Order: sequence, then structure tokens, then C-alpha cells
Amino acid sequence: MTTSNKSISQSIWDFFCSLKLTMFTLITLAVISIIGTVIPQGAIPPEYLQTISQNKLKLYQVLGFFDMYHSWWFILLLILLTANLIACSIKRLPGIWKTITRPVTTMDDGLEKTLSNLTIIMTNGDSTTLSNRVVSILLAEFAAPVITENKGIIHLYAQKAPWSRLAVYAVHLSVIIIFIGAIIDSLFGYKGFVNIPEGNSVDKVMSRAEKEINLGFAVRCEKFSVANYPNGAPKEFKSILTVLENGKPVAGYNRVPVIVNDPLTYKGITFYQSSYGKLGDHEFTISDADGHSTPLIIRSGGSAKLPDGSGICLQETTPDISQFQAGVSGPAAQVEVHLPNGQNKTFIVYSDNPAMNRMNLAYTGGHLLQYKGGEEFMYTGLQVAKDPGVWVVWLGCTLMIVGVYAAFFMSHRRIWVRVENGIITIGGNASKNQGGFQLFMEKLVTKLKHQLPLEDNK
Amino acid sequence: MTSSLLFNITTILYLASMLAFLASIVNRTKPFFGTAGSYLAYGGLLIQTIAIGRRWQESYILGIGHAPLSNLYESVVFFSWTIVLIYGLLDLKYRYRVIGAFVMPFALLGMAWAQLGMKSGIEPLVPALQSNWLLYHVITCFLGYAAFAVACGISIMYLIRENHEKLKDASDQSIVATFPGSKILDDLNYKSIMVGFPLLTLGIVTGAAWANYAWGTYWSWDPKETWSLIVWFIYAAFLHARITRGWAGRRAAWLSIIGFAATIFCYLGVNLLLSGLHSYGG
Ligand code: HEM
Repeated sequence: MTTSNKSISQSIWDFFCSLKLTMFTLITLAVISIIGTVIPQGAIPPEYLQTISQNKLKLYQVLGFFDMYHSWWFILLLILLTANLIACSIKRLPGIWKTITRPVTTMDDGLEKTLSNLTIIMTNGDSTTLSNRVVSILLAEFAAPVITENKGIIHLYAQKAPWSRLAVYAVHLSVIIIFIGAIIDSLFGYKGFVNIPEGNSVDKVMSRAEKEINLGFAVRCEKFSVANYPNGAPKEFKSILTVLENGKPVAGYNRVPVIVNDPLTYKGITFYQSSYGKLGDHEFTISDADGHSTPLIIRSGGSAKLPDGSGICLQETTPDISQFQAGVSGPAAQVEVHLPNGQNKTFIVYSDNPAMNRMNLAYTGGHLLQYKGGEEFMYTGLQVAKDPGVWVVWLGCTLMIVGVYAAFFMSHRRIWVRVENGIITIGGNASKNQGGFQLFMEKLVTKLKHQLPLEDNK
Repeated sequence: MTSSLLFNITTILYLASMLAFLASIVNRTKPFFGTAGSYLAYGGLLIQTIAIGRRWQESYILGIGHAPLSNLYESVVFFSWTIVLIYGLLDLKYRYRVIGAFVMPFALLGMAWAQLGMKSGIEPLVPALQSNWLLYHVITCFLGYAAFAVACGISIMYLIRENHEKLKDASDQSIVATFPGSKILDDLNYKSIMVGFPLLTLGIVTGAAWANYAWGTYWSWDPKETWSLIVWFIYAAFLHARITRGWAGRRAAWLSIIGFAATIFCYLGVNLLLSGLHSYGG
């Protein structure tokens, strides 16, 4: 071929139609996707930053490696894939469409040469009788044939599942449909998060991009609970949620249990059980040797500093210690103190037992630490998602699965027969599973021979 | 009999099956060995099926009933089962027994590792796994992986056989001469991937559906998800390789082997080496 008269637009078109490009894109996507599974994505953990050099960090940031699946070059590859897909389809579909809708119904010499399943049966009898026999066998064993008569030659053509040739295009289309669904979601949907303390309600959530989003209604957490297996492993995290419109519960959305793997959806917004925790303020007092006392407030799970500078973390609290420890009662808190010598010490601070608190003086820099009590509630952590494109994605996925199945396991099978002067020529081909079709043809020809007055039967 | 004992018997049967297949390659005049290899594999498959059912039942007796697909041990056992199942189907359909010599080692390796190297206790299901999607997702993924394991075994055979066919003085007496011809192996490779690819596709889709149902994102580029997509890209490339001139044969066989290596990384490497949402770390 002379390349000189090939225009630039033609070369670009050929480039996008090429299956080499397909191989390149698919393999490149496979290889570069590895990067994001090795380098952390999104919020970068500080421990990771310590393991790499400043230069490397800068390089990774410039290349977008910390959010690589949304980087311009990854998106560009996906666009390349899509363009390749569309171009290939535009190039090939018209031909395929013609094969399906306007089949070649007569077998000429050119076609005959391309058929690997070709049998010639020498027989005698007039063409109409012979062809009627062949027709009845094709009807019984295969499909109704189209009959064409031309200058005393009778042509038969029968086919099965011509539409299966479109399956590959359905698969390719499904890739694009899935992309469309994902784009709809990223334009019109959001992912968010919200913590709701028991008894409270919220009407806003925080999106991943740290934007506040108005729900347009409110959600109240009535209760949150954790159930455990006998061995202590968690069995169930459950929030009881109520949807409120104008402050009133919505019928059907009142006190709905939401557990992991069983979310709540209202007006296209879905709430997923995701995490939980405790909220509350706890009051301590710290007294020096003279009896001067200062209050210290620590939040549930929070930490503070003691007068001598050592850190203190609040681990757990109970309104009544007697259920855990015999001989003492009243509120109590378990704390961990980071001692100046670098060690950690965990102990219990009581509210109604100064004598026992005195035993901890050594860990608190000589100051007496006492627990006053506090209020505590559970809060539930919910993922919130609005994904208007998700149905498009599922549609694409369904089409892909049906399409892949049809592309592999359904085959367009065609049979041509020519009846001419007592000679029957029969051949066919299949778009898939040629081996199976070969066997089928052999059986068909055997049946045919039994029905015909054959020369070699004599 | 306890499931654990039945699994041990399975392991021994798979070992015997593999040895029989190896013997059939060396003793090419005695078809007995090949037949024995298949029957031992089928016997193992049957016992393993009973064992998996038994383990399921045992979990109910413990009061924490769930399908035996919930941790690394159970998944490795199931993986072995699917490999032998896919091999069995291929054997029934195409009757190329020797392929067993290159496929049974994968199944044996899985069972031996599970039985000798892993804790096998039945544990309760954590909340994240309490869903029927677990079943659909794991079954489809592993059937897909198993088809890829079979394809990988066939590709290795292909490369050996094709090398042999290229030799000028290739001898009919050599061990490799018992292998099916390279054209047939190439076709069987394609057929196995033809089974595996739709199953993997279904596995990824059910995984996405589950993720969407459990935490509201069908795709979050978690390392496991990403690796399953990498595997999917590789096999998509394999499928297109066949329609691209110059890519069938050797390169396709290599793609199939690389695809299975990526599959194994997706299954084990991600859990052992990378961090993420999937909890099969054992
Ligand atoms: C870069 C984008 C792609 C292009 C340009 C492309 C192009 C093609 C072409 C031209 C064919 C042959 C059709 C025929 O035989 O007439 C084909 C087959 C096929 N494609 Fe794609 N494709 C692309 C991506 C994909 C993807 C992402 C999938 C994933 C499911 C896929 C799945 C298939 C399947 C299953 C077949 C049938 C293969 C077979 O019959 O063995 N393709 N593709």
C-alpha cells in the first residue's frame, strides 16, 4: 500500500481502529494500576511519609500518584480505551449488520471455497424432490431455510442465532454504559459521613470533600447497640434510625434497625452502618498537697495533660464500678498515664474512694486525681451516599454479563445447500465453536444420506 | 467422620492422582495410569464435596452457622475444590487426561497448605461478612480463578509442547510427545479462559454490588478491587490477542500464565502484602 496518498485523518482513524492499540491500552492499564495498590491513596498516613524522601514525595505529588485513579493520565487512558472501542465498533458494525440482516442466501464458487465443512452428495432424482427432502431435514434438525431458484439450480440457506454476532458489541457498549453511570454519580452524587449521638438528629452530613450537605430532611439515632459472640468477637452493630420531616417521623421510616449489610434508603439517600463510638465529658479533680483542687475535663476516649506535664488518656468509664469490682461502688474511670520515664501506667480512678485513689499518687506527680463522674452516650457513625447513576452502572454490568456469555457460548451457524443436476452440495460455517459445528454437520449429512436415493446406496 | 479427617483423605487422594498422572507421562504405553489419575481426582472431589458440606453442618452445631467461605483456610480449600471441578468438566468434555499432570499440583498445593499450615477452626462471622452476597461473590470469583489455574497449567504445557515441536529432531518417543498438540492446547487454553472470564466478570460485579449494599460505594479502588481489575484487564487482553495477528500462540500462553500469577497475587498477595478492606488475611 502506498502511504503517500493516505491522509492524516485517515492515519488517525486507523490508529484508533487498531487492535494493537487495544492490547496496548489494556496491558498498560493493568500495569499502571499496580501503582495505586502500592502507594497509599487519598489521605497519606504520616508513617508512610517518614519512609520516603522529600524528592520522592514531590515527584509522587506532581505525578498524581496519591490519587492516581483520578489523575489526568489515568483518565486519559480510559478515554483512549473508549475512543478505541467506539472507533472499532463504527468500523466493524456495518459489515456485521449486513451479515445479519442481508445474508448471502446462495452459495457461489467463491463462498464454497471458504467453507471447511463441505460435502458433495452424488444422487439422482429431480431437483424439486431432492430439495424438498433437504428442506424437511433442515427444518427438523436446524432451522427453516430460505429457498432461491435460479436457472434450474435450487439454493437453500438456513441460519441460527445470527444476533449472537452482536454480543461482542453489547459487551463493548456495556463498558461505555458503566462509564456513563460512574460519571453521573461523580457529577450528581456524593459520598458523605455523619456521626449521630443517641437521641440526637442531624439534617446535614459532611461529604468526602469536606463540604456540608443539606439532606432536606433529618435523621435521628434512637439507639445504638453492639452485640457480641460468646468469645467476645463482634456479632452485630445496630442503629435504630428515624427519618424526620419537619420534625415529625415519616411513616414507614420510624425506628428502622440499620445494621452492617442492611442500610436504610430515603429519597435516594442511603445510610450505611459504618462505625460507632462514645461521646461525653468527664470531670476529674486534681488536688495538690495543700488541698487546692482544680477541675479537669476529659472527653470520652480523649486525653489531657496532668500538672506535671505527663499525658493522660481516658479509656473507659462506668457509672457504677461495683459490677466489675467487689467492695467498691460509685462512678469510676480507667485511665492510662504516660509517665515521664517513658512508661505507661493504666489504673482506675474512683469517685467515692479517695483512699484507693491515693495509691496512684506516684503516677500522677504527687497530685491526687479523683473522678467526679460524667455523662456518656454512644454515637453511631454512618456512611451516607447518594448515587443517582448506580442503576446505569448495574444496567451496564447486566448487559456485560449477558453479552460476554452470548459472545462466548452462542454461535451464528449457517448452512448453504445447492441442488443441481442430482448433485447436492452442502456446506456451512459457525462464528464460534467450530469443532462442535463440525460434529453437527457430520451427523446432519449422515441423516441426509439416509433420506436420499443415493448412487452409492445402490 | 469429621470434616477435618475427610479433608485429609482428600489431600491424599489428590497427591495420589498427581502421582498417577506423572506416571502416565513416563509410562506412555500404559493408559491405566491416566485413567487412575482421573478417577482418584474424581474420588477426591467427591470426598471434598462431602467434607465441605460437613464443615458447613458443623458450624451450625456450634451455633454460628455459616457457609464455609469465611476465612483464608476455608477459601483455600474451596479454591482447590473449584480447580478439580473445572478440570473434571474439561476432562469429561475433551478427554485429554494428561492435562491433569499440570492441573492437579495446584489443587494439591492448596489442600496441603491448608491442612498442614493453617489454623482450621470454625469461627463466627464478623458483621461485615454477614450477607448472602458473600456466597455469590466468593463462589463466582473462585470458579473464575480455578478456570484460570487450569488455563495456566495448559499454557505451561503449551510452551513445552511448542518448543518440542520446533525441534528438528523431535522424537516421538519423548515424554512431551504424549501431550496434545500445540494447536489443541492453544484452543483448550482459550476455552478455559472463556469459562473463567465471564465468571470473573460476575465475581467483580457481585463484589461491587455487595460493596454498594454494605457501605455505599460500588468501587473504591481498594487494592483487592484494583487487583481484580488488573486480572480482568490481562484476560481481556488475552481475548483480544486471539483476534490480533501475531499475538496468538506463545504470547497468548504467556498472557495466560501472567494472568494467573496476577490472580494469585490478587487472592493471596494483596492480603499478605498490601492493606485494604478485604478480610481474608487469616
Ligand atoms: C480498548 C477497547 C476495546 C476495543 C477496541 C475492542 C475491540 C474488539 C474487537 C474489534 C473485537 C472483535 C470483534 C469481532 O470478532 O468482530 C473484540 C472482541 C471482544 N471484546 Fe473487545 N475491545 C475493547 C475492550 C474490551 C473490553 C474492556 C472488554 C471486556 C469485557 C472486551 C471484551 C471483548 C470480548 C469478550 C470479545 C470477544 C472475544 C472473542 O470472541 O474471543 N473488549 N473487541
